[in-house]
This record gives sequence, structure tokens and C-alpha cells, in this order.
Amino acid sequence: MASIIDIQDECALHVRDFEFTYKGASAPSLKKITMPIAKHAVTALIGPSGCGKTTLLRSFNRMHDLYPGNTYAGEIEFEGRNILAPKEDLIHLRTKIGMIFQKPTAFPMSIFDNVAYGMRLQGIKNKSELEGRVEKALQDAALWKEVKDRLKHDANGLSGGQQQRLCIARAIAVEPEVLLFDEPTSALDPISTQGIEKLVIELKERVSIIIVTHNMQQAARVSDYTGFMYLGELVELGHTEELFVTPKEKLTQEYITGKFG
Amino acid sequence: MTATQKRIVINRIALTLSSLSAVVALGFLFWILYVLVSNGINALNWNIFTMEGAPPGYEDSGLKHALVGQLILVGLATLIGVPLGIMAGTYLSEYGKNSRLAHAIRDISDIMMSAPSIVIGAFVYAVVVMPMGHFSAWAGAIALGIIMIPIILRTTDDMLQLVPGTLREAAFALGAPKYKVIMDVVYRGAKAGILTGVLLGIARVGGETAPLLFTSFNDNFFTTDLNEAMPSLTVTIFNYAISPYEDWQQLGWAAAFILSMFILGLNILGRLILFYGKKRK
Amino acid sequence: MLDKIFHNMTRFSALLILFIVAWIFVVLFDHSTEAMQAFGFDFIAKDEWAPNVDKFGAYAAIFGSVVSTFLAMLIAIPVAIGVAIFLSEIAHDKIKGFFGVSVELLAAIPSVIYGMWGLFYFVPIIRDLFGGMGIGLLSAAIVLSIMILPFMAAVTRDAMNTTPDILKESAYALGGTQWDVIKDIIIPYAKAGIIGSLILALGRAIGETMAVTFVMGNVHHTPTSILSPTTSIPVTLANEFTEADSSLYFSSLFGLALTLLVMSFVVIAVAKFYFLRKVRKGQ
Repeated sequence: MASIIDIQDECALHVRDFEFTYKGASAPSLKKITMPIAKHAVTALIGPSGCGKTTLLRSFNRMHDLYPGNTYAGEIEFEGRNILAPKEDLIHLRTKIGMIFQKPTAFPMSIFDNVAYGMRLQGIKNKSELEGRVEKALQDAALWKEVKDRLKHDANGLSGGQQQRLCIARAIAVEPEVLLFDEPTSALDPISTQGIEKLVIELKERVSIIIVTHNMQQAARVSDYTGFMYLGELVELGHTEELFVTPKEKLTQEYITGKFG
Repeated sequence: MTATQKRIVINRIALTLSSLSAVVALGFLFWILYVLVSNGINALNWNIFTMEGAPPGYEDSGLKHALVGQLILVGLATLIGVPLGIMAGTYLSEYGKNSRLAHAIRDISDIMMSAPSIVIGAFVYAVVVMPMGHFSAWAGAIALGIIMIPIILRTTDDMLQLVPGTLREAAFALGAPKYKVIMDVVYRGAKAGILTGVLLGIARVGGETAPLLFTSFNDNFFTTDLNEAMPSLTVTIFNYAISPYEDWQQLGWAAAFILSMFILGLNILGRLILFYGKKRK
Repeated sequence: MLDKIFHNMTRFSALLILFIVAWIFVVLFDHSTEAMQAFGFDFIAKDEWAPNVDKFGAYAAIFGSVVSTFLAMLIAIPVAIGVAIFLSEIAHDKIKGFFGVSVELLAAIPSVIYGMWGLFYFVPIIRDLFGGMGIGLLSAAIVLSIMILPFMAAVTRDAMNTTPDILKESAYALGGTQWDVIKDIIIPYAKAGIIGSLILALGRAIGETMAVTFVMGNVHHTPTSILSPTTSIPVTLANEFTEADSSLYFSSLFGLALTLLVMSFVVIAVAKFYFLRKVRKGQ
């Protein structure tokens, strides 16, 4: 069956027998996934198109709930509770588990307002507190120097790489526990990609990170643990170097050596 | 209350208000439809279809004249508007494409689609009715035809553009001249869409009253003479409904009912064709 | 050879549109000159429409058009935005389909039917509530707003639907509610399209004839109150074109038609070129 290592350190999330079926689908897209997510580490999810890695990622912040009709079974444990329970407060959950998307999604407002958005949603109005936290978030996202003189400018004036870093600043400004990255560099040029990858490694000191990527080399560069998924199943989860050099499953090895895309 | 709790309450209120407006809008639809159907069905009888119009108070009056007149006017308008509209739309999609001229034509045509139809009536009055010296079916049909052209033009342009370029290239690669590519491949590929556009255009034009008011005017009697004023369902509804005579008002409701059913029917038919056309793909 | 003919036929048809539009302006202008020369600026500034003495100042009609349309917008805009939000964000699947189709069918009902319904069913209500005759500016404004509502809701919904899903998801991912997303993301993002749609609907409303003719009263004076019977440009044209008996009368009516065409043309063009670059209906 699947080879999933035991995470010795603390877990940020724990997935147990998680099954997910899209609305109207005849079969589940995710089949009984069991997976620990290490705290203060980067876990990468890799696999061919359609393997379910993005579906799994979007389950962590219950993004699927935006589109009614999907069903799921099993459990995802976070902060001592099952976040799949119907009574789960989704608004609160999403302030603890943030998400960065495939394309930069700067809101139609100023740079400052973008970063402050999550905080304002939580009711923080104090000007100096907002300004302080916005500056810190932008510094942590390695964007402060570039934008500090134009915080009131429209965020759409930034380049793609800058906008993605803006989205990261926006997400960490609310001080989440976990950050989900959904192929964050797929729309970016190589230099911006490098910047984002550097950021991901720096950020793991404070948040636990799960990153979905199409790019195996990126997973190898950036992550501590890697999970290989195929056709809705988690085939293997292990330390990144071990998985890439000495994979335990044949399927994993075939994917890594490019036998199928 | 925390800020988030406040947001949740506001969210509830906002969504409720939105849904309420949708219910209100739907409420008006049903009110109007109900009124239309109940009055219309009450007023329906065989005389409507067999008897011509008559002065108020007559026992045997009907709407035959208006029904036939409407068909004539809309039919003529279709003969004028559809070929011109399709040809113009073909030009835009297949020849003009992205040229400045093509964009100008699209823009002007779009504006005309929303322009007041009564003004078209005034225009046709000046160029057809005045020289002829009297109202005529020709004038009415021309007015309706002019209104129809931008609608057909737009749908044809849009639908033809949806046909993949590779289909055209394949035909060209076999040595077909451009007009044959268009007629055999492109038109065929956009068939459903163009047909829908035509049906919707007819539906839109068939409900127009204002442009007929002083072009084909109206007539209480049956005629098929295109050189004379031609009765129409829409203007008849207007005249009868606004009159103080109860039997005329009844006929007005019957006419309104028949007209609406026809137009809604065309609309639904058009959408069904588009829907099933998409499904087959 | 056939190829050339076909090409020319299509080109001719396309150019015909431009030609017809230009011709319309020319003809209307031509036939208005008599009135314009006779009255000058007074034609639009003076409220003195007296066919029996051949004096025509169209201020009342213009006023009626502008005010009834403005009032109709006041009523229709909030409701249309509410319906658009409902259709694009709240309703799911079958409900969305049902409501969406209903809105489009509403838009297809001929305006003369709105007018009839207005006269027989709505006017008595206004009469009972406010006294007077029931026909007048208020009734016309309300019937007009109901008439323009489906179109306005549909194009506003189309504008809102241009907002990319991941942009909305980004806001939800930060803990936003649906209303947060609507007011902070969708409306600012689709702002141009929404305003353009509203202005486009305004352009249509100005030219609306039949829905309004039944309930406006056709009294050619500026209204003294919101309940006064009055007139608008299309209503005047509809009621008086066939009764004009002097060439000055006719010329004045053509002048009205030209005024109406210019007004709606400008409004629609502003909507289209300034605001509606992104949204194309039916796509």
C-alpha cells in the first residue's frame, strides 16, 4: 500500500481517511487519504495532473464549501478538532489557514488596503496598529523596500512577482498557523519564482506550509517533506531527499524519472 | 458584538435584501403574466380568428385583420432584415474582422440596438410615407426591418466567430474559394446560433408598436394590400386598450395574450435550439 | 468571380448600416430646420406647446422625459443590483437557471403589454393611494422602472460575472463573508461594467414609448407635482404625429425626434465607449 512515514515532530494538521467527491461525480476524487502535515516545515504535494493534489489542498481551508454539492468523509484534525465538522466556523478557520493562489490575486484597491484587508475584516481599526502590521508583513514578504513609498497606489501597478509577494504579505498579516500554496509560481518568471521560493523557506519558521507544485525540482528545492499523489491516492510521503533519491514506491520512482507526466 | 459577528449579521441582511429584490422582480413578472393570461383567455373565442375588426359594440368582431396584418408586416420585415443582417454579419466576421471599419460598424450597430424605435418610425415616415402620400405596409415593414438588422448582424457576427479557424483552414486547404468556405463550412457550423438570432430578432420586432404608429398606422378592416395602411396586432392592442369601449378592451386583452404567447414561444424556441445545438457538441 | 460578388454583397450590406444611420440623422435634421429657424433656442427652452396657434416650445416634453427616466432609474437601480447580486452570487443551479430565464422572458414581453397592465392594474392603485387621476409622472416612472428592470439586471449580472473566481476565493480565504466579497471585490472590480450597464439601461429608458404612453396622461405641460399628468418626447410623438396638420407642427415633431435620438445616442455611446469595454453581452 502507501508508504507514509511517521512524522516525529509535532503535526500542524492530520488527515485521516479523508475522502472527497465532487458534486455529481460518480467516483471520489480523493480516496481515503491519511497524511500528517509537520509543523514549521514545508510539505510539498506533487503528482501528475488530475491526481487530486489541489483538491486536497483546497480541503484544508474548506474552499470547496463555496460550491455546494460536494461531499466528503473522514477527518482533518487541526488544533485538536475535526475541521470537516458542519459546525466548524469557516470564517475563523480561514484566518488560521491562509491560501496563496496560482495567479497573483491583488484586490482592486491600494497596496496598503490589500495587506490590511484581512486585519480589517477582523475588526482591527487602530491606524498605528494597522500600519505597523502592514509594514511587518511587507517586510516578511520581502516587498517593503519596493513599495514603502507607494502604499496608497493601486496594487495592479505591481509586476506579477511583486503582486504574488503582496498576496503573501496579505496572507501572513493575519498571522495564520498554516499557509497553503497552490502552484504559486506557475504564472511567474524564473527570477520572481526564485524570490517566492526563498520566501517559502523563510516563512516556515513561523507557519506550517503546504505547497502544491507541478515542478518537481521546485519541490526538491523548497520542501522538507514531499507527498506523491496519483489518481486520488497518497502513494508516498517521506523526507524530501529520501523520496527523490530512494523512493519506496515504484510509482513514485516512475513519476520522478519522468516515465509519465 | 465582535467585528466578525457584525459582518456576519450584515451579510445576512444584505443577502436577504438581494433575494427579496429578486422575489419582487419575479412577483411583477407573475403579476403581469397572470393578468395577461386570465384576461386573455377570458376574451378568447373563435371569433377572434375568423372575424375581422368592427366598430365597438358589434357582436361579431374579431382580430383576424390584426393577426394577418401582423404576420404580413413581420414577414416582410424578416425578408428585408434577415438577409441584410446575415450578410452584414458575415462581412464583419469573415472579411472585416478587426479592421477599424468593422469595429465602427459593430459599435454603431450596437448603439442602434438600444436606440428609440419611435425615431425609426419618424425616419420612415419622412422617407417612405411622405413621398407615397399615405401609410402603407411597406413603410411599416421597412421600419421593422431597419430595427431588425442590427440584431441579426450582431448574432450572426458573434456566432460565425465561434466557428473554429481550423475548420476554415481545412476547407481552404482543399482548394475551396472563400465564398464556398463560408457557405458550406462556416454557415453550417453556426447554423443553430444564426437561427436563434433570427428567431430572437423576429420576437423583438414582432412586439414593437411605436415604429408602426405612423408608418403602417392601423386599420380596423382586413386587407392584404401592401400599399395601404396595414392593421397590426400591436397597434390594435394600443388603440383598443386605450379606448373607452369594454368590448374593444376585451379584444385588446385577447390580442395581448396572443402576441405574448407568440413572442415568448419564439424566445423559448430560440433558446432551446441554442441549448440543443450546444449539447450535441 | 462569384467570390468577388459575394464579398461585395456582404460589404455592401455592412456599409448599408452606416449609411442608414447617417441618413436617419440627416433626414431628421432636414425636417427639423423649419421649426429650428422659427423658434431657435426657445424650441427646447420654452414650455409652450400650442398646435392651434402653431407655437412649439418643447420644454415640457423634454422635462417629462428627463424626470420620468430619472425617477425610474432611482427605483430600478437598487432593485436591479439586488437581482444581479442574487443571480450571480446567491442563487445556485436550478434556482439560478429558473430566475435567469424568468428575467430574460420578462425582458422579452412587449412594452405595450407593460403599458396595458400599468393602465388597468397599476393606475387604480396609485389613484387609491394618492388620489387624483392615477395617471401621471409617478405612474409612468414606476411602470418604466419595471419595464427596464429585467434588462438592467441582466447586463449588471453579466458585468459582475466577469470577476475571476480566484479573486473572489482569495477574499473568502481571508475569512470574508459573501457580502464582503461582493462589496470589496466584485463591485470595485466590475465597477466600470456595472456603471456602463446602468447607463446603457438609462439610454434605453429614455426612448421607451409604449409602456409610458398608457399612463403618462399626454398633457403637454410641465408637471406641477409628481402626480400630474404630463408628457415625454416619445409620448408626444406617439400621440401627435398622426394629428399634425401644419408643416411647422410636423417640423417641430421631427425636431423632437431628433432631440430624442441625439439624447439617447449620446448616453448609449458614453456607456459603451467609456464603461463597457470589457463586457460583451452573450459571451
